[in-house]
Amino acid sequence: MNTEWYIVLSSLLFAVGAMGILIRRSPVVILLCLEIMLNAGNLSLVAFSRMVGNQQGQIFAIVVMVVAACEVVVGLGLIVAIFRRKLPLDVDELRELRG
Amino acid sequence: MEAVLFFFAALGALGGAVGVVALRNPFYGVLALIVHLFSLAVLFLLLSAAFVAAAQVVVYAGAVMVLYVFVTAYVGGDTESAWEPIPGQRFLAPLMGAAIFVELSIAVLGSSLVALGTHGPDVNPGFGDPAGIGRLLLERFLLAFEASSILLLLAAVGAVVLAGRARTEGAGKGAASGSSEHSSEAPAERSEDPLAAPSHAGGTA
Amino acid sequence: MNATAWAWLVLLFPLLGSIAIALGFKVLPSKAAGAIGTAAIGLAFVCGVAALISLLGEAPEARHHASSLWDYASVAGLEIKLGIFVDPLSVFMVLIVTGVSTLIHLYSYGYMQSDEGYHRFFSYLNFFVFSMLLLVLAGNFVLLIVGWAFVGFASYALISFWYRRTTATKAGMKAFVINVVGDIGLVLAAFLIFRELGTFEYSEVFAKAPQVFSTNEWTITAICLLLLVGAFAKSAQLPFHTWLPDAMEGPTPVSSLIHAATMVTAGVYLIARTHTLFVLAPTAADIAAFTGLATLLVAGTIALVMTDLKRAIAYSTMSQIGYMIMGVSIGAYSAGMFHLMTHAFFKALLFMAAGSIIAAMANNQNIDDMKGFGKAMRFTSITMLCGGLALAAFPGTSGFFSKDEILAYATARGGMYEIFTVLGYFGALLTAIYTFRLIFRVLPGRPCEEAQELIDTGHVHHAHPFNPATGEEEDTDVGFPGADHHIAEQSWPMRAAMGVLAFLALFAGLIQVPGLDEVVTKFLDPVFADSPLAEIVPSVGASWAGLAIGATISIVGIGIAYWLYIARPETPAMLIRRLRPLHTFLVNKWYFDEAIEFLIVRPALAIGRFANRTFERIVVDGLVNGTEDFVGGSGRIVRVVQSGFVRSYALLLIVGFAGLALYFLLSSS
Repeated sequence: MNTEWYIVLSSLLFAVGAMGILIRRSPVVILLCLEIMLNAGNLSLVAFSRMVGNQQGQIFAIVVMVVAACEVVVGLGLIVAIFRRKLPLDVDELRELRG
Repeated sequence: MEAVLFFFAALGALGGAVGVVALRNPFYGVLALIVHLFSLAVLFLLLSAAFVAAAQVVVYAGAVMVLYVFVTAYVGGDTESAWEPIPGQRFLAPLMGAAIFVELSIAVLGSSLVALGTHGPDVNPGFGDPAGIGRLLLERFLLAFEASSILLLLAAVGAVVLAGRARTEGAGKGAASGSSEHSSEAPAERSEDPLAAPSHAGGTA
Repeated sequence: MNATAWAWLVLLFPLLGSIAIALGFKVLPSKAAGAIGTAAIGLAFVCGVAALISLLGEAPEARHHASSLWDYASVAGLEIKLGIFVDPLSVFMVLIVTGVSTLIHLYSYGYMQSDEGYHRFFSYLNFFVFSMLLLVLAGNFVLLIVGWAFVGFASYALISFWYRRTTATKAGMKAFVINVVGDIGLVLAAFLIFRELGTFEYSEVFAKAPQVFSTNEWTITAICLLLLVGAFAKSAQLPFHTWLPDAMEGPTPVSSLIHAATMVTAGVYLIARTHTLFVLAPTAADIAAFTGLATLLVAGTIALVMTDLKRAIAYSTMSQIGYMIMGVSIGAYSAGMFHLMTHAFFKALLFMAAGSIIAAMANNQNIDDMKGFGKAMRFTSITMLCGGLALAAFPGTSGFFSKDEILAYATARGGMYEIFTVLGYFGALLTAIYTFRLIFRVLPGRPCEEAQELIDTGHVHHAHPFNPATGEEEDTDVGFPGADHHIAEQSWPMRAAMGVLAFLALFAGLIQVPGLDEVVTKFLDPVFADSPLAEIVPSVGASWAGLAIGATISIVGIGIAYWLYIARPETPAMLIRRLRPLHTFLVNKWYFDEAIEFLIVRPALAIGRFANRTFERIVVDGLVNGTEDFVGGSGRIVRVVQSGFVRSYALLLIVGFAGLALYFLLSSS
């Protein structure tokens, strides 16, 4: 397959992830959509790495995976903390930082 | 052959993504994401990125998603209300999604990247092998490698601090959470009350 | 040591005394403050004498030295040094200031003994002497202004010494404000001098001035007029004189030192010091002379009807300073300075005697209530008589030689200046009359109650403390004078000081007998040698003729006073009845206070009220509040975006990203 198919797929996945963030209200699901966006990025990185012919894109993808893992850990920790304080697990309800 | 594999993997990835967005129950969403991740691993294999594919399955689908499963099980999932407090959100979101897709596609495809329409150079069979990745990580990208390890440490510590008990006694790292769960529940009662009256504090311990 | 080293010591001792008393006021035993203060000034006097001796050891032309401790400012053509200038004129003033101050400190040692603010008094008094010496010894205009301002502050602090008396604090403020007006004039004059001549140092200014300015050019006239504003405010000449009678609210030693002998003479010293400039601006000098003359007469007439003892002596001071200003303005420099010296002696003495009498009257200052103290207080009355004779220029006393010397000079200068002589003699007649009016009303006759009490029991009359001006009752805590008063007969420091001054008042004139010794003139000649007016010297015969006329007038004046107050005591009442409008006019001090209130104080207050009501409230507050409202309003509008919904923020983010991407796509196609 040509590289462009992978790129188109990647941007489609990215768009789906973005839309998911905008629509869903549960923090867990929002984090899941973030994962989708990150993976879309990974896909295009690996595709370009194959197109160029060296492995630097794959290294980049691995580091992105590391970062995603860290982010997920912290985000889920936050969600657990929110749940433990008996606050509603709804991004629209948690809006103390309003003007 | 490759095209068929790509087609099915792409369908799986897309289906998983749409499933995450569309499914009401967050648990089903997690499962949908797992499907998405496996499909992506197949796509990586198609792109001769064997190690990345393996890492995807082991780290992403294996560890990260397990974390999601645990948390979703603990937290549960309520059905989100149908009423949208932000005006225009439900209308603009798909629109923006479509806009992003179109723009990204045009941007990449309309760019002057000549090799975009090709399959890429012929690579030797060792392309994407762990040996090659390892050598690159430890020689050329050592700094990134070390920085990522520090980042992981920070994230672990941060998560423990965030989700642990709110008072001075820090629970042990995640593993101890089982035993300290019970004892941490009572003080958590005491400490979890930014909204409740403080007079409630003395009652439980 | 040379003269300038002694001069620095002269400055040092009073300053140290003031600081020592101020810092140690809680630990010093009761009279130690007085002792330290007096000793400090005494030491300064000794150093002044030493400076005089070392100055006399030099040739007359070389008797001027400048010495500087360090450079204040040395930048862009501005050179200001902390420097003093020692020459016969400054040493003369130093000796007068320190000498009379030592005696007054000695007097205060006894007089202020039961005052709660004893230490504060001596600290302020020492500080005053230091400032006056700084003024006199200053070697450049900047340090002169510093000394000038310090002296004004010291005067304010000492006038309001009994700070819980509203009349005293108001008087202090009045004095200070009028002094500041004078300061402004002095400072502007200094600025103009710097602009025209480029320097502040005395030696350079006086050397350059004749080369830069031509006679009666408007700049030099302006400079001299501004200097006059300063001099008149400090020396209580018309129209800046209204503060001096009110300044009698201060304790008597203060009136004696500051408002008789030293501070009010600062204006005279200023004109004498800057005589080079006044020679170049004869118009300004004439204005000064006429102002002096006018003050002389106005104050003399007012003193005729004053019933407050201290205020009457204050108007007398104003009148005598008019003589001095007149003298140094028309060119009788040494005569004017000599009169300054003798006036310091006899006026300080008169105030001291008045203080003693007022103490015996338990703070009552009204001469209508005083009678017969001649029998009750022998020493005080004898010294008061000595002072009075000197003031009235009785033949042989110091005042006789000094006052008539000025008038002889005016005759010698001739032309228009003869009017000064004529009116000056008329003023002398008034002086004799009002001086002996006081003496004949207070001293002889049947003793009044308080005097009788003193004769019978030997105790000073004791009354509940009250404010002599308003009559309101006071307590004996700090800030008020208290209930105990000290008279000279019972206090040896007071007697010592008054005795010395009485001797000087009577016999100090003998150092300047025309044709015989003329010590003062010879000593001060080198200072004024550059003035063409100094060459006009009245002949010995003319001087003695003037002295004879003066003697006659003095005796006539005393005779008139005797007739009015002893021989025919009903005459004053009849005169007042006949000349009631004139009497009212004089009692109201020629309505100067009312005029100033109307012309200056009321408009100033009106401007202040306008500024507060209109400008402050509408413009300034409007601006500030308007800005506040504007910022708050715009904040409120912007706040709408901060809804707190994370998803709307995310939407904004993605919309922005999409927009940007669209822009770049379009711009690159």
